[in-house]
Amino acid sequence: MSDYETVIGIETHAQLCTASKMFCRCQVPASAVGGGDSQQPSPPNSLVCPVCLGMPGALPVANRQAVEQVLIAALALNCRIPERSWFDRKNYHYPDLPKGYQISQSQSPLGRNGWIDIQVDATIKRIAISDVHLEEDTGKLTHVGGSSLIDFNRSGVPLMEIVTAPDMSSVDEVREYALELRRLLRYLGLCSGNMEQGAMRFEANVSIRPQGSSTLGARVEIKNLNSFRALLRSVEYEIERQQRALQQGLPIDRETRGWDEEKGVTYVQRSKETAEDYRYFPEPDLPVLEIDTVWVERLRQQMAELPQQRRTRFASQYGLSPYEIALLTEDRDTAEYFEAAANAGRELDISPKVAANWITGDLFGLLNAAHRDIGDVRIPPRQLVELLALLAENAINIPTAKHVLRVMFETGQAPKEIVVAEGLGQIADRDRLASLADSVLDAHPDIVAQYKGGKQTVLRFLVGQVMKATQGRADPQLASQLLEEKLRSA
Amino acid sequence: MLTPEEVGHIAGLARLGLSPEEIQTFGKQLSAILDYAHTLARLDTEQVAPTATVLALENVLAPDRAEPSLSQEDALANSPQVQDGQFRVTAIME
Ligand SMILES: [Zn+2]
Repeated sequence: MSDYETVIGIETHAQLCTASKMFCRCQVPASAVGGGDSQQPSPPNSLVCPVCLGMPGALPVANRQAVEQVLIAALALNCRIPERSWFDRKNYHYPDLPKGYQISQSQSPLGRNGWIDIQVDATIKRIAISDVHLEEDTGKLTHVGGSSLIDFNRSGVPLMEIVTAPDMSSVDEVREYALELRRLLRYLGLCSGNMEQGAMRFEANVSIRPQGSSTLGARVEIKNLNSFRALLRSVEYEIERQQRALQQGLPIDRETRGWDEEKGVTYVQRSKETAEDYRYFPEPDLPVLEIDTVWVERLRQQMAELPQQRRTRFASQYGLSPYEIALLTEDRDTAEYFEAAANAGRELDISPKVAANWITGDLFGLLNAAHRDIGDVRIPPRQLVELLALLAENAINIPTAKHVLRVMFETGQAPKEIVVAEGLGQIADRDRLASLADSVLDAHPDIVAQYKGGKQTVLRFLVGQVMKATQGRADPQLASQLLEEKLRSA
Repeated sequence: MLTPEEVGHIAGLARLGLSPEEIQTFGKQLSAILDYAHTLARLDTEQVAPTATVLALENVLAPDRAEPSLSQEDALANSPQVQDGQFRVTAIME
């Protein structure tokens, strides 16, 4: 494997979070914004107008929100923002493109020469971002027999394209890049990141060369990768395919390949056009964008905290482990849930560490089992902390706390209500537990004998009997202590 | 003068099928148009900043508020072939 060096660049199309389209005010279809399963898909061609149908004489007007979202992304990706930017027409003919051109940006992207840091194992690697620009989506084609059916609801939906330099050298780096980019865009509220709904799509450029060789092999472009899985599998396949070709002395052609998800292979696509053939020229219907520092600074102020900033802050402010931080900062909702819990914990004397444990342990478990996101959870962070406070003051034990959490998760009830309603308060009454311990010992003379014979692990069984007799409500530590005292003195 | 290959390539990009005679005819016409446009190249633009537009406007942006679209019926009204609420065209096989 290490006989070859791999060079990979990624292009990402991310759908922005806008209500209306890029150049007209048609509504962005629900399935395209990641609106959740509850939303019915709009009937085909019901969210279209003369602009997004490419009718002659229609005048496009750019969406301010979309422009600002791309500028924010460019800032977050440490790009240089140009003073002037404009749109270009990319000319090609295809049935899903009603105008005969796509409005895109070629000469003056909204961001250039940026970077993003990714972490693979323990190493930070900086990936250069060469270009961040704005363009419009095409319609959707469905092939039926000898015909194609076209739905233009997606036509004109704003897309941000983010292009990296060929800076990645392994599938692991590609994965971390794609995940970190998705995290960043979600944190900033720029893209839902919902892969099933096509909110992020990728293209990968892969080339290899023998280790130590200075000339890079031909660049192979893999198109239309609509999921993380397709991105990673196709890049892995392509690296192996190219290595095999070199080993066998076969040439690697500069070409465009598609990805066959079912067969798990890339295949040659007839390359449609070269860059020249697109005959880019400035879009005459759209005035230029003058981007002054006042505008840029205002956007910079609006920018939410970035994942990397939040990770650094969580480490210093809460003293969490890198693993806990990674789990808690995976998305903004989780991070904010934790912070709200940590704040409530300050009043109730629950440490951030304890709150973090319960969130990443039991709460994540419940969420996963229910296929839900933390954004929809019915437990307010403060109530989670109230539950932990009940535990801390020994009003309930751990198994009861887990049970109460489950009920809170299902019903949204407050922990104290549940404890009272179900009579779950922990039994820490010394006399009551002592008499229970006596009856357990009386009932199991054989176990008592084993203990006295030196087999001290049977104590666990006896504690279990006390717990059973109290439906799990006994304070297990106190029960254990009382049993041990009695066994020693008996 | 454009070569017949160049004319054929340009016609291909525009999805036009031209006969050899048409390539001859249109090739001459297209070359003449390009030559005429080329007279602009004689101007001295040394002191002129490149521009992407001649519109004396900038930052014409609309607020992101969705407005009603056409009805599906109106959207499809000009289409010669319609199926299931969609435009139907001959399939293009890649
Ligand atoms: Zn429209």
